[in-house]
Amino acid sequence: MATRGARTRALASSWHGGGKPVEPKGPEAAAPPGVGMAAMEVRLPVARKLVGQDLARGSGRDLVAPGDTITTDTGYMRGHGTYMGEEKLVASVAGAVERVNKLICVKALKTRYNGEVGDIVVGRITEVQQKRWKVETNSRLDSVLLLSSMNLPGGELRRRSAEDELAMRDYLQEGDLISAEVQSVFSDGAVSLHTRSLKYGKLGQGVLVQVSPSLVKRQKTHFHDLPCGASVILGNNGFIWIYPTPEQKDEEAGGFITNLEPVSLGDREVISRLRNCIMALVTQKLMLYDTSILYCYEASLSHQIKDILKPEVMEEIVLETRQRLLELEG
Amino acid sequence: MRGSRSKALHDRALVNCQYSMATFSTGERKRRPHGDRKSSEMTLHLKQTFEAAILTQLYPRSQIDIYVQILQADGGNYCACVNAATLAVIDAGIPMQDYVCASSAGFVEDTALADLNYVEEAAGGPQVALALLPKSDQIALLEMNARLHEDHLECVLDAATAACRAVHAVLDQVVRDHVREVATLLGE
Repeated sequence: MATRGARTRALASSWHGGGKPVEPKGPEAAAPPGVGMAAMEVRLPVARKLVGQDLARGSGRDLVAPGDTITTDTGYMRGHGTYMGEEKLVASVAGAVERVNKLICVKALKTRYNGEVGDIVVGRITEVQQKRWKVETNSRLDSVLLLSSMNLPGGELRRRSAEDELAMRDYLQEGDLISAEVQSVFSDGAVSLHTRSLKYGKLGQGVLVQVSPSLVKRQKTHFHDLPCGASVILGNNGFIWIYPTPEQKDEEAGGFITNLEPVSLGDREVISRLRNCIMALVTQKLMLYDTSILYCYEASLSHQIKDILKPEVMEEIVLETRQRLLELEG
Repeated sequence: MRGSRSKALHDRALVNCQYSMATFSTGERKRRPHGDRKSSEMTLHLKQTFEAAILTQLYPRSQIDIYVQILQADGGNYCACVNAATLAVIDAGIPMQDYVCASSAGFVEDTALADLNYVEEAAGGPQVALALLPKSDQIALLEMNARLHEDHLECVLDAATAACRAVHAVLDQVVRDHVREVATLLGE
């Protein structure tokens, strides 16, 4: 399915590393004199209890596994995630059945990104080819950014010449991160990107978080300036970019001049805390959008940044976030 | 596809498997050269098994990598690899026809045994490894070494099939619990 080696790792057993912390007690754990060692926290593996048993929410949709018969009625059209067995419709992935009029499809829990026109993505350049760049966007095939779809510095509009082709590497090299929008999807599923607006382009200093695409909620805008002092780009492909809010909006640059000034410690702490909050939300499987990230950030302010990654703290923070979101809705 | 694009198939996905054993997996610590005959054979068997089960027509010119490493070799290596890889493929969201459940079986003193451990395998009797698609009862791979009288084949295969179905029940339960958990958490 993936163009590059998608490592399918065997599912981890339920023996999570998130166990009870064992505090070193008393003089046995004291370091011998002369060796300055900080106290270490050791966790024992404990069988993970299924989260969500206590959240009594019936999803009301059928959950299927590969090989399950969905229906024997031949009047339905088959969508993604299903195949036609003899005289019956069978599921081919594990997930929830979605029925839209006569179309039945099964949405898998975790897939690679499937491009749709108009999505915002964050990607990394992997290759520089003759008139285009290949961008990795966590999808099955590498995405393509054509030279003619890239905005030139200064925002000028002209026909791309041979000099532009030779100077491609000056604009974007292998390893650069860009934000772009999906222009079209090829027949084999490869996505064609464009950066034809001044808000897209090469990304400068910040932190990238890679999550599953199914956790990013589809919204009107994916560029958010959070009031806590950082900005975030929620790519539909699951790549989330957290960066310090630029002071003035640099309109002429068009996203090519990367700001390499040192980032202040306060900003860096905010960005680290946001990153840990996003990891907490991902572990507890909460949809990611600006409100949920902001509430999670506010709930985590009482803990130290590095404590957010501990399982019990994660559960507490995300539970508080869920409650605030429920209050917001209802 | 990373690596050689010449191996790309124009109409389906290529399944690339790699089987390796950790040095501490057997009783004596062994340095395993990476291309030895046993792991190449296992690799080929895994590839054949999963090419039969994964719907490769949906992903032309692509490659699916399945890398398995044995941490403790206590009998039924191939079967454990197949069961683990099935769960991994389902978790990755790659469409498959059905689960692939595997079990080994043998024949000792006129009794068919299912799921042999290391001691039973090392005893040298006939062994059958069966990889089954449980819902449709289709066999993905059937392998036997040593000699077995054809009269006994039927009961050995029955034992292996029953063991595969038992494994299927366990895997199915785990997958359904996981799907229910995630669906509940994602909620809306």
